[in-house]
Amino acid sequence: MRRRLLLLAAAAALGGVAFSGDRFWLQFLAKAMIGSILAMSLDLLVGFTGLVSLAHSAFFGLAAYLLAGLTNRFDLVNPVVTLPLCVAFAAACALVIGWLSLRATGVYFIMVTLAFTQMLFYLFNDSPALGGSDGLYVKARPIEGRAAAYVAIWAAVVLVYLLLSRLLRAPYGRVLEGIRGNDQRMRSLGYPTRRYKLVAFVIAGALAGLAGYLDATLYGFVNPAQLGWRQSGLILVTVLLGGRGTLYGPALGALLLAFIEHYGERVTDHWNALIAALVIAVVLFLPRGLAGLVQGAPRA
Amino acid sequence: MSLSLFVLQVVNGVEYGLLLFLVASGLTLVFGVLGVLNFAHGSFYMLGAYLAWWLSERTGSLLLAILVAIPAMVLIGLAVERLAIARLYARDHLSQVLLTYGLVLLFNELQRALWGNDVHGVSTPRALAWTMPLGETQTWPAWRAFTALACVGIGVAMRQIVLKTRFGMRVRAGASNAEMVEALGIDVRRLFAILFSAGTALAGLAGMLAAPLTTVYPGMGESVLILSFVVVVIGGIGSIKGAFFGALLVGLADTFGKVLLPGFASAIVYAVMAAVLLWRPRGLLGPAFEGR
Repeated sequence: MRRRLLLLAAAAALGGVAFSGDRFWLQFLAKAMIGSILAMSLDLLVGFTGLVSLAHSAFFGLAAYLLAGLTNRFDLVNPVVTLPLCVAFAAACALVIGWLSLRATGVYFIMVTLAFTQMLFYLFNDSPALGGSDGLYVKARPIEGRAAAYVAIWAAVVLVYLLLSRLLRAPYGRVLEGIRGNDQRMRSLGYPTRRYKLVAFVIAGALAGLAGYLDATLYGFVNPAQLGWRQSGLILVTVLLGGRGTLYGPALGALLLAFIEHYGERVTDHWNALIAALVIAVVLFLPRGLAGLVQGAPRA
Repeated sequence: MSLSLFVLQVVNGVEYGLLLFLVASGLTLVFGVLGVLNFAHGSFYMLGAYLAWWLSERTGSLLLAILVAIPAMVLIGLAVERLAIARLYARDHLSQVLLTYGLVLLFNELQRALWGNDVHGVSTPRALAWTMPLGETQTWPAWRAFTALACVGIGVAMRQIVLKTRFGMRVRAGASNAEMVEALGIDVRRLFAILFSAGTALAGLAGMLAAPLTTVYPGMGESVLILSFVVVVIGGIGSIKGAFFGALLVGLADTFGKVLLPGFASAIVYAVMAAVLLWRPRGLLGPAFEGR
């Protein structure tokens, strides 16, 4: 109950920032919120289903690239048209990649998702028609104005949180947690676990696509590095930092990482070493992340 | 495609495949025996290449640089195993991915801090700076032939060690059941440390051999890391023989892809991998049962 009130207060405070009109904070928090959509949706796979996917950045990038293509080539800008198209495209790609990757299990799954991510990275990076290594500008943005984009991103975060927490409380979410605990046992209980995992993969991919769409809308720009494996690694780091297996943890992790990135860049040129040290320390000493500090006793 | 061009692509593909084999064999052994998925393996390749460049600038000889750099790589491997990897043996894949991802970031920053962002060329030793004719129109650099021969030699030596020595027997036993090996009173910690540093040195050596061919640049380890993953997935995790065939397949697919379908070359390798996975989800020579 207390957690719910805290989350409600945090959501209201984040929403309130829209009225401040402060350029820096609007941009900074919008970026952090996009990161939290990515982290929460990846946590559906990593924390709740036990699937370590490195393909998350791919779906983010695919939706962003599709938005650039739609606006630049076909003059389709209106979010009522482009948003469903981009999210559906990410979901369709997740269906194909997920179907192939889920044939493999455990560590093979990690490697295969990694390989698909890099395949897409090179596809965009090496072909001039798709912008090459420079990426593409989104010539007309679906949502004009900083404050309007901020409000849209805020609404998306709230909706994604509500959707995922509802999903995880539903019988479907319980089955996913069962799969994380013991895939074989769930199968012997009669659950077609691969299909359950595929649905989770597609939902997570679609939400990553939503994040990519919002990112391209906010910055008006997309490049292949956003789709590469390092980006996927960074989303995994966000999930871990916040605490896998909770929804608010990864959202918090995204905010923290945004702060580190912003202020780390000012302090030292080698702020990536800072992130590296943080990651290593968290893996070794705080495996349940920030949420582990908050929660105390381990969660079953 | 003329015959001599075809032959050139074949020898280039085989040579590239052999180089990948050096990297992938360490990756597959470390996973098969230690049970650790090591993303920092590509960083060792990069470190090897940078050491080769830096030392050959100092000493004036690439071969001398390689002789000095290999023990250095072994020491780096021992340090990384003791300080980081040894803490991961009992942990899940996610922790392994994340910690070794942290190591990748760390090594990248180290490289940036020590050697900067510039691209560096490495000159081949004068004794090997000639080319051999290949048919009427093509030539093949002697350094590539040397690289291929060195890789074959190391591959054969590895096979002998793994199949014929007591140490190799323990490695094979460790790959099939590390707990049982420990229960039989063998010092698994030592075995793991030796194996990990050997893998590190192999990846580093691959980087040193590749340095004159590819130049030395930031991020060079990452493309090799991902290709090695593809090799290991195709060959089957833990199988050296699988890594060998997988590496040749990937080397040839990549080389021919660059000639026949420029722009999609990088994607072809992954298409091959997807095809193999559809056919055999555990790789060509992977374990048939649900292993690690």
